[in-house]
Amino acid sequence: MKKTLLAITLLASSLSAIANAADYVVDYKGAHASINFKVQHLGYSWLTGRFDKFDGKFSYDPKNVSATNIEINIDTTSVNSNHAERDKHLKGGDFLEISKFATAKFVSSSVTDKGDNQLVVKGELTLHGISKEITINAHKIGEGKDPWGGYRVGFSGTSEITMKDFGIKMDLGPASAKVMFDLHIEGVRQ
Amino acid sequence: MKNTRQHYGWLAISLHWISAITIISLFALGFWMVDLGYYDSWYKTGPALHKSIGISFFLLMLFRLMWKVIQIQPESLSSHTEIEKKLGHWMHLALYALVFFIMMSGYLISTADGRGIEVFQFFEVPAISAFIENQEDVAGLVHQYAAYTLVFMVVLHASAALKHHFIDKDKTLTRMLGLK
Repeated sequence: MKKTLLAITLLASSLSAIANAADYVVDYKGAHASINFKVQHLGYSWLTGRFDKFDGKFSYDPKNVSATNIEINIDTTSVNSNHAERDKHLKGGDFLEISKFATAKFVSSSVTDKGDNQLVVKGELTLHGISKEITINAHKIGEGKDPWGGYRVGFSGTSEITMKDFGIKMDLGPASAKVMFDLHIEGVRQ
Repeated sequence: MKNTRQHYGWLAISLHWISAITIISLFALGFWMVDLGYYDSWYKTGPALHKSIGISFFLLMLFRLMWKVIQIQPESLSSHTEIEKKLGHWMHLALYALVFFIMMSGYLISTADGRGIEVFQFFEVPAISAFIENQEDVAGLVHQYAAYTLVFMVVLHASAALKHHFIDKDKTLTRMLGLK
């Protein structure tokens, strides 16, 4: 009986947590979000690029940050490094292989509140057909009403992956094995 | 220099063989350069050379086409059958068309983002504009498979010439070598 009660209480509290957490849609339409990446060039400088097309949604409750769920879908064919010949290469078999893997996906598994608006987001990134856990060090920039009757919250974050871990063949040299992500996400409450 | 009803002039013959060497070289260079490692010293030089030769060859092909149009063309050998004449004629047309088609598709890869194409660091061919979404990918695939098709056609074309030379023992090939 006690166990059942406990279970009901737990269920009720988790349900209320879900109910309290607001659902947000990443403001892709208004382009108040970007997924940028950078890779070292020869170890001498940074090459930056981004994915132009993606969408996503997340739930977020500032009082219960650990209940946050995030899901982001990226259209890998939209990779853009501001150079058509390089983008063609990035989309080909040496890198993203978009003919087989036209999308990438990130789904969070845990979000930890480190205080002072700092968050650690862990989750599974599926890229180039391979799923691996990654960690995003994020922080909340701010939240509140927008001037047009909506409510928004925005975050920034950084993460890094090693290209080989995701089966990306091209060898750009020892300084360029990793890709750093620079993420800026604004959500509009639904 | 000029063609006659029986013979190709030396200019047409030179243009033919320069084209042959250029087409084979460009194909080999293109096929080889796309798999170069990032730290290979040819990684940048190969594509730059491919583009420079390609644009130069385009100018040469324009001249060749003009020269072909304003010249009289040697008649087909009387020993050729009707079907051989037709096939030969269609093959020549197809080769010309494919060469220009490949040049256009190549141009569209490199200019997809508005960048021009530098030719031997001597002058730059400007980009027109992007016409379709993911132009560099679409043009790239077209360029690749059109080039494979061209090489296949070149093999057929050369085989036909060798067939005329060794089996029919006629002057089809020697005429293009300028031998009387």
